[in-house]
Amino acid sequence: MNEHEHSKCRSLLGSLSDYVDGSLGEELCEEIERHVAECQNCHIVVNTLRKTISLYHESAAEAGEVPGVVRERLFRTLNLDDYIRH
Amino acid sequence: MSENKTEISVEALRAGDREEFSRLVDTYSGPIYRLALKMLGIPTDAEDVLQNTFLKAFQHLKDFEGRASLSTWLYRIASNEALMLLRKQRPEITFSDAAPEDDDNSDYFPAQFTDWCCLPEDEFLSSESQAALDRAVQHLPETQRIVFVLRDIEGLSIEETREALNLSETAVKTRLLRARLHLREELSTYYGERLDKRSKE
Repeated sequence: MNEHEHSKCRSLLGSLSDYVDGSLGEELCEEIERHVAECQNCHIVVNTLRKTISLYHESAAEAGEVPGVVRERLFRTLNLDDYIRH
Repeated sequence: MSENKTEISVEALRAGDREEFSRLVDTYSGPIYRLALKMLGIPTDAEDVLQNTFLKAFQHLKDFEGRASLSTWLYRIASNEALMLLRKQRPEITFSDAAPEDDDNSDYFPAQFTDWCCLPEDEFLSSESQAALDRAVQHLPETQRIVFVLRDIEGLSIEETREALNLSETAVKTRLLRARLHLREELSTYYGERLDKRSKE
């Protein structure tokens, strides 16, 4: 059993998603913040979880448009040939 | 997926206005293609999903009741198409909602405690880093992957994700949490190694 696996960390795990999304109730939020201030491992989990989500979020923003040839084939498949060039 | 500057007219779509349909395609093909690519990992498969999504949308426009937004409706069709293709490719995998939705997250309990957030920004912007992100998503079970892609990559709300996948809110939240924890573990391995490498340089 990992030393980190004590009951408090476990009981808060289910609320982490709501916590990082900012949709957790005030009371539970404060409970997590109190715990994270004392528990180094949970502090790291919360930080890296936030970073994980933001990396994916940013990667979506950077993902480009549909490649030109794919768009063209799509328009032809849909019989929208007349609208390929706007 | 943000609605276009000039809102698309459902009435015009229903009336068979082809120009309006082409606007719908141009507005939403980017996000739908990205979703398909993240789900399937292969550009030709993503293109199949993209085409089938709009073919089905065209066929079923008359059934669109306007209860959900157009974008959620399209995401629903695209998600079904992506999952169907995956099922066809790997019939041995069960896609039913057999994934346990109970409160037992013990299999997802964190095991990696490296703080890699302090890595320099260029580390996160490399193409190698992007490939690691994509690889990690591909390792998620499909039922978690689709929830993660809709919520955290496409930016749908929990409610919109629930609507697009016809799942309960609890199911969406459970799958999302597990997907996020799973990805955090995998990225911790990758960036932990990068951290090690940098410290030795």
